[in-house]
Amino acid sequence: MSPSSLLFTSSPHVHGGNSIPQIMQQVILALMPATLLSVLIFGWPALLVLVITTVTAMLTEYLMVKIRRRPSPLGDMSAALTGILLALTLPPQSPWWICVVGGVFAILLGKHVYGGLGFNMFNPALISRVFLLVSFPVELTSWPQPTGLFGKHALSFSDSLSLITTGHLSSGKMMDAISAATPLGQYHVALSMGKSVHDALGGDYAFSYLSAIAGFIAGSLGETSAIALALGGIYLIRKNIISWHIPAAMFAGTLIPATLFWILDATKYPDPLFHLITGGLVMGAFFMATDLVTSPVTPLGQIIFGAGCGLLTYIIRTWGGYPEGVSFAIVIMNATVPLLDQYTHPVVYGKAKKNV
Amino acid sequence: MGIVASVLKKFHGGVHPPGRKELSEQCAIESMPMPKRLVVPFHQHLGAPSEPVVNVGDTLFKGDLLGSAGDGISAPVHAPTSGTIVAIEEHVVGHPSGLTMLCAILEPDGKDQWNPQLQGVDDPFSLEPAAVRDLVKSAGVVGLGGATFPSFVKLSPPRDKVVDLLLINAVECEPYLTCDARLMEERPLDVVEGIRIMLHALQTKECVIGIENNKPKAIAAMQNAVAREASGKDGNIRVVVLPVMYPQGSEKQLIEVVTGRQVPSKGLPIHIGVVVHNVATAVAVRDAVRFGRPLVSRIVTVTGQGITRPANIEVLIGTLADDVIAHCGGLKPGTCKVVMGGPMMGLALHQTNIPIVKGSSGILALTQDESSGKPEHSCIRCGSCVSACPIQLVPCTMAWFAKTEQFDQLINVDLFDCVECGSCAYVCPSNVPLVHYFRYGKLALQSKAREEKKRELNKQRTKLRDERLAREKEEKERKKEEMKAKMAAKKKGKGTETHGSEAVSGEESRS
Amino acid sequence: MIEAVLSMGGLALAAGLGLGFAAKKFHVEGNPQVDNLTALLPATNCGNCGYPGCRPYAEAIAEQGETNIGLCAPGGVEVMEKIASLLGVEPVEMEVDPGPKVAFIREEECIGCTACIKACPVDAIIGANKQSHTVVADMCTSCKACIEPCPVDCIVMVAVPTTVYSWVWNKPEVLH
Repeated sequence: MSPSSLLFTSSPHVHGGNSIPQIMQQVILALMPATLLSVLIFGWPALLVLVITTVTAMLTEYLMVKIRRRPSPLGDMSAALTGILLALTLPPQSPWWICVVGGVFAILLGKHVYGGLGFNMFNPALISRVFLLVSFPVELTSWPQPTGLFGKHALSFSDSLSLITTGHLSSGKMMDAISAATPLGQYHVALSMGKSVHDALGGDYAFSYLSAIAGFIAGSLGETSAIALALGGIYLIRKNIISWHIPAAMFAGTLIPATLFWILDATKYPDPLFHLITGGLVMGAFFMATDLVTSPVTPLGQIIFGAGCGLLTYIIRTWGGYPEGVSFAIVIMNATVPLLDQYTHPVVYGKAKKNV
Repeated sequence: MGIVASVLKKFHGGVHPPGRKELSEQCAIESMPMPKRLVVPFHQHLGAPSEPVVNVGDTLFKGDLLGSAGDGISAPVHAPTSGTIVAIEEHVVGHPSGLTMLCAILEPDGKDQWNPQLQGVDDPFSLEPAAVRDLVKSAGVVGLGGATFPSFVKLSPPRDKVVDLLLINAVECEPYLTCDARLMEERPLDVVEGIRIMLHALQTKECVIGIENNKPKAIAAMQNAVAREASGKDGNIRVVVLPVMYPQGSEKQLIEVVTGRQVPSKGLPIHIGVVVHNVATAVAVRDAVRFGRPLVSRIVTVTGQGITRPANIEVLIGTLADDVIAHCGGLKPGTCKVVMGGPMMGLALHQTNIPIVKGSSGILALTQDESSGKPEHSCIRCGSCVSACPIQLVPCTMAWFAKTEQFDQLINVDLFDCVECGSCAYVCPSNVPLVHYFRYGKLALQSKAREEKKRELNKQRTKLRDERLAREKEEKERKKEEMKAKMAAKKKGKGTETHGSEAVSGEESRS
Repeated sequence: MIEAVLSMGGLALAAGLGLGFAAKKFHVEGNPQVDNLTALLPATNCGNCGYPGCRPYAEAIAEQGETNIGLCAPGGVEVMEKIASLLGVEPVEMEVDPGPKVAFIREEECIGCTACIKACPVDAIIGANKQSHTVVADMCTSCKACIEPCPVDCIVMVAVPTTVYSWVWNKPEVLH
């Protein structure tokens, strides 16, 4: 065989077949239960938010890749994943322009300005949500009561389309009548008014643990069903796409202080189960904090990172200016990742104390 | 309470590449017809090259010395068959550079006749351990697992170290390769005899033969042989069956699995009382000691989807890979890569007219769909490589430092602890050629260190030279003074002018 | 608006004056940079750079406005890059480096005059009067100091061939 026809590369000469698109597809697959459930719970508007955000993200990715002359425009699926993740953090009836601005921001300023996939410092979906939240606080905190896809209060597709694109129903009616508050929001407002936890969560939209676990509460698309999200998260851990370290540490980081303070004063601090199943904790722990690019690679680093995310979430929820702190917590911890990676290298084979 | 752990331990990470041993595991070890010529490199082992001791035109017996061992860690090289040396010249060898090396070109006479003077020892156990080592050393036996470390070194523990365990590496964790498995199936008694000789040389009793459970026939054969050969005799030889996991056949990982202890970083197994030898090396030791036969052949697995007829062949050292491939029916169309060794750590060949050497455990002809070779993407920091690394390194960070040429940082992240097993690159979803980066980084650091050392030496030499020049100048000045003084004395005495200054300048011009 | 412009302008002016004053007041005589640069250079004083030695070259860079930091052939790109990072300037393009070279004496032509031996700054040439000389390739720094003094021009620079022992892995190429 002539020399030139043989391929020369460094070993290894076989590969396990993992690929970036495969990982992204698995994560999207893992998000499907929660995504489908959110559409079932919030109806057509939710689907429109998902579609607009995801398509915008993918279009932005396509343009950026063309401009930057990189190969495989949409082949790696990461833009689609970012789009879905971002949509899941938005209120179910977000106006179309919120979705578009968010999608563009996530891909353009959240990822490509850093050099593309692999180089971004912050989770693109979350940094975009944080940007939207501080820029358009009203739109980002308008929570409709879940009406379902087919229920008797459900919006028709044309009403939904009109609502997302123009802000009112096709009949011209406004939507105020069915707006609601998230459980965390109720708690936050009530606490600032000096009411007890019990008072805060009773009242018109009485809090029910069962409906919260199933997802039938007001909130952003993906904040709702703890069970559906946890299913996806466990799938990812089983598939070795994420490790258990970050979710476990993040839950511990929120739930341990929550338990302590609840024991100290149950009238002021809600119980840990409330913290677990409301808001974005489950979503954040399984899908946001575990974002491969923006989390540490070492096991110890992942534990510290996860614990930091969890603790900051509790602090922001309890004493911060916003009712929900998962996004902020993760984005803040993202910034510590290079440092964590550098100082948490595992003990190399043969350097453990037991050998010396 | 021995050194062997009661329960098998686990090492960190590891991967499960498909075994692909079915291609060749049923193929009995065969021999092949004598090639037209043999190309024997003088440097086939780790350490110093051997020194050629033959000349063109010499007629040799099989087993005659071609090159004598260099200083320290080195090994001699012998004639693989009887015949005539037709050339001693540079020839391409199996090396990533694709460059040449000094080789003896031997034209076989076809008789394949051993030197009749080669004599073995009927009862090796009556020998002094040192005599056994000398036999192994002069037979040119090196580690046949691929690392080619001269075996006599590992049979000569330092005086202050006690060997608690001889660990026989019969793991063969590299996919595709079946040469060790076939050897154990077909020559189990020879393996056991070799092990007993090694135990004698090491003056120890404990021996574990580690075999992965995907080789049931080899396990059964070895268990039988151990029961027959070793029972009632000195020494406690055991076959330990291991679960399949790559890179369990890496010395450090095998030791951790069997003993639960880790070899210190930058240390050797002997530092924790363990000596590891490959199973094929045990047979080579036996042949060297019992029959006085140097290592002139080895078993090579020829396999892969690209080979027409997979086989396990006992090949003479120096046989060209071309001849071996031709013996196996040639390469099928669609073969894109030929690898010497296993697919995880073997060497891709630039060309196939290179000789089989002592470390060549396999020739793999890989087709496009079984070999890797996709373009590299950016690292997405998924951490798969961190989970897979058996040394608990952080491969993605190491690759980043190599890529950005921050070579000093590479030392801080323990680059030199990397064994290049390839587990990280195997799992990487971005197809980052991590091992390539590590080799690039290692060699860059090594050549940098060499240059630094050279610069330092140059500075010293310049300093010495300057000092010498200064000394010479001083000397001259002194002579000048003396001369002047003499002149002055003369002048005083004689009162006449001489040509003193001219003499001085004459001396100066001579300097 | 005007107030803002004025106050910012005033601040800038004050800061500028302060800086200017400090620069004058704390000006240091002598140049420690010369020592730093000399330490980086090979110290063989081969003169290949066109200056009489390593320190003069360092002085030229630090004080006399020599802008080419790539004149040190024995130091090669590596020393040039170190100088660049010390001075905080861009690395310069060095003359195309066709790989390492060493001096080689064509022994049949050598008349044994010892001129090159005296010129070699690292004593890498051996030989005696009226006897053919030879270069110890391992010691040669490729400074070319021996070439000029040779009266019969029998010294040439030859490339050091890459062998399996000196070969290094290339850097993986990223396909983008």
